[in-house]
Amino acid sequence: MHIVIIGNGIAGITTARHLRKLDPDVRISVISAETEHFFSRTALMYIYMGHMKYEHTKPYEDHFWAKNRIELINKHVSRLDPDSKAVVFSDDSRMLYDKLVLATGSASNRFGWPGQYLDGVQGLYSYQDLLTLEQWSAGLKHAVIVGGGLIGIELVEMLHSRHIPVTFLVREKSFWDGVMPAEESRMVNEEIRRNGVDLRLSSELKEILSDEHGRARAVVTTDGEEIACQFVGLTAGVHPRIELADGTAIETGRGFLVDEYLETSVKDIYAAGDCAELRQSIPGRSTIEAVWYTGKHMGPVLAQSLLGEPTAYQQKTWFNSAKFMDIEWQTYGFFPKDPQEDEAHLIWVHPDGKKSVRIVYDTSSQAVKGFNLMGVRYRGEICLHWIDSATPIQTVLENLSLANFDPEFYRQHEADIIQQFNQQSGLNVKLKSKRSLSGVFAYFGK
Amino acid sequence: MQIEKSLSLANPSPRNLTPGHKIGLSIVGLGLVLLLIALFGGLRSHVGLFLALALSSLAVGGITYAWFEYMNKPEGIKNNGVWHFGESSRGTIGWVFGVVITLFYIALYWFPEWLGQGSAGAGNSGMVALFDPLSILLKGQPASQWFVYGTFYTLAILVLGVKFIWKYRHNRYQQIRTFSVMFFQLGFAFLIPEILSSLNNTASFSDIPYNDFKNMWPLNYYFFDDYNIKAMLSPGSGNLGLSMLIWGLAMVFVVSPFLTYFFGKRWYCSWVCGCGGLAETAGDPFRQLSDKSLKAWKFERWMIHGVLLFAVLMTVAVIYSFYQKNGNESFWISKDMFIWGTVTLLLGIAAAVFFMRERFKHIKKDVRFLIVGLIVTTAGVIAINYLSGAKHVMFVESYPLRKWYGFFIGVTFSGVIGVGFYPLLGSRVWCRFGCPMAGLLGLQQRFFSRFRITTNGDQCISCGNCSTYCEMGIDVRSYAQKGQNIVRASCVGCGICAAVCPRGVLRLENGPNTDESRMESI
Repeated sequence: MHIVIIGNGIAGITTARHLRKLDPDVRISVISAETEHFFSRTALMYIYMGHMKYEHTKPYEDHFWAKNRIELINKHVSRLDPDSKAVVFSDDSRMLYDKLVLATGSASNRFGWPGQYLDGVQGLYSYQDLLTLEQWSAGLKHAVIVGGGLIGIELVEMLHSRHIPVTFLVREKSFWDGVMPAEESRMVNEEIRRNGVDLRLSSELKEILSDEHGRARAVVTTDGEEIACQFVGLTAGVHPRIELADGTAIETGRGFLVDEYLETSVKDIYAAGDCAELRQSIPGRSTIEAVWYTGKHMGPVLAQSLLGEPTAYQQKTWFNSAKFMDIEWQTYGFFPKDPQEDEAHLIWVHPDGKKSVRIVYDTSSQAVKGFNLMGVRYRGEICLHWIDSATPIQTVLENLSLANFDPEFYRQHEADIIQQFNQQSGLNVKLKSKRSLSGVFAYFGK
Repeated sequence: MQIEKSLSLANPSPRNLTPGHKIGLSIVGLGLVLLLIALFGGLRSHVGLFLALALSSLAVGGITYAWFEYMNKPEGIKNNGVWHFGESSRGTIGWVFGVVITLFYIALYWFPEWLGQGSAGAGNSGMVALFDPLSILLKGQPASQWFVYGTFYTLAILVLGVKFIWKYRHNRYQQIRTFSVMFFQLGFAFLIPEILSSLNNTASFSDIPYNDFKNMWPLNYYFFDDYNIKAMLSPGSGNLGLSMLIWGLAMVFVVSPFLTYFFGKRWYCSWVCGCGGLAETAGDPFRQLSDKSLKAWKFERWMIHGVLLFAVLMTVAVIYSFYQKNGNESFWISKDMFIWGTVTLLLGIAAAVFFMRERFKHIKKDVRFLIVGLIVTTAGVIAINYLSGAKHVMFVESYPLRKWYGFFIGVTFSGVIGVGFYPLLGSRVWCRFGCPMAGLLGLQQRFFSRFRITTNGDQCISCGNCSTYCEMGIDVRSYAQKGQNIVRASCVGCGICAAVCPRGVLRLENGPNTDESRMESI
């Protein structure tokens, strides 16, 4: 059997690796026009900032692929021909498949702004984007980044690391406040400003102006302000890349629509990662979750299905992480940013304004539903266990030290968090356990 | 490679040196100029004044630079431009640094007269003479090239330690650990030995041997040398010598196994050791240059365990010949006890490796048999030679063995390659490939220790920061992205992987010493 995977990002590569793990004989081909080898997309920013070189972002050494007989094809697929079960490359050559996996990822949104295709205007998603960004960075005096999400703040940090002055246009009243609760969002605003970045909240892009060579020279905001710049980063979200569905019977929504086995409407064609849109998601969760972990979780499941053991993909209890300049963020459990009916938020903010802990729980059952952590690291296994087993807030607080995953000797804040809870609730919860790995094992009965 | 070239067209990271940076560098420059003038024979009067000026320039200038580099910026990871700047990415400046440091080591070991070391009764000249006043102040004797070296070494750890602490001022683990290496270098490696030798000028002592109380066999390979044992037992050292001998043995057989069991080898390698101290401070800008390939790891395992085996064999041979030479004198341990004790210890280790299959299940079977075979053979050789009354327990004369070890391992590897090549091969080349102590502690850490680096569920995004900044060349990411913990013999527990991880995935911790709990996540 020949399984062809289009896309060598985390979803495609995880699928390929697990195929080989499960079956020594299946023929596996991975096609990508982006780079010859798999690299970590999340690390693109670090190449630009000089923390790493491209080679460091490759999670496997180059000899890994031959050793595991995963064929890498560095070509561009122009279309699919499902009737003859073939992919057609841009040079018109074809490759036949028995089963096909679409793992084509995302592309940056461009919302029809005038000037959005000028030179010096781009998003940041692919390796090619990094190369063009490098090209536009030469002699760059001022940059404007449009769109306050995770990629936006990354791009801000990247340019800032090279001492390039940046204006950051954020449509919302506070950074990423559609997702982040108010305190955390405000904390990020302050972090951005602390680094000397010109953060403009409630600001929208109207158009990008061109110079005589067709390169961006300024942006105009909806308030009519003109900001001179030679580079514009468009980071108002991403969308699944589904061009390959054109001319086929593959049903699409925003992404390739897939059932619980990640199969599209066309037999033997599957999709995984950013580009896959679940026909049905867990209530409240999105049908497209364009994060690294989705690809990482879909791959192993899909590999089983491809090899004839249909295995349903189930969205795991949500977790995510990021870093906003120097503030790390971890979140466990899925919850709306504002307390719903029957929900309470315990929020503790460190006086220095760079750390906070938010614990969301159900006021009737007391069950803990989620954690949102800024500048503090918690142990994933234990937070997810508490959420999955609907552990009451009191038990969680009593054992909160077990969740602490900060480096040794860091100041611990569990007592302050509990004190805050006691003040709010009038209860008298006491910290029972100390931070210790043995304590964690004991807690899990191991 | 093509790709990187196109990326570096735009002079990617402008330096942004502030006037403060420049003032700091100028002061360092002043200190270096003074040292150079002294090296070429200048500064013959007011020597003490010039020495004070030179050393304080290096210190003040370095600290000023560090202040402007880190203290007027927000706290956080400071790796911007590391792979763009020449000195930290094997650029021209890196090579220049490498050559200069290497030349210094060559002069130090083989041509001390280049530095001004006086010989055959003649006084010092050049740079060594500049250090005479400090040496006389501390121990009442003129300086030697080793005193100059020790002073530079200590100054580097102190000044660049301050720099490191500021660089990681958001991270208390890094700060405390760095304070610890600074303390042990200044107190244990520099001041105490000098002060002890100054006591030799007093009525009670005449022959206290040089001793760094934190240095430990087998890193301290001369500990069991004929001259050192005699010195420690000599009446002129009072009870100090004897206490050095007892402490030295206790370190190897009691203190170290105990601490390594509870905390991993980091208690020594990145908290106490002088080589580690220099690597963590002066070597920090070069940590990312270590080779992360699988090939390098294979080479490392053969190399470091080979050196360890060599060090053990050599030491047995040296002690045996010590008994041969001093047969009539009585020591607490007789020759018989020593030989049979060594053989029993070796066979005990072999038996443990052979029978504790569960504990060693992660080692391939053939490798395990190779290890057992080597140890049993060694024990056999010792026993047979001894029983047959041979003069040399290892077939050859112990002195040349010791001499070659000293030349290749003790000097060339640890000094010239180990430090001279910092800007080319990274800061822990010696610790990773050559240090027998690291080899020994590593074996214990791998099999009998509560230490591991825990991976936080499956939150790794495979970015590669951890692997890139691992000075020991461990491919940390290869474990983290599988959700596995990191349990590696070579890990010195510096904690930088956990610090640079942008998603809070890694944590150094001590916990139950079972294979399952150490390897896999909860």
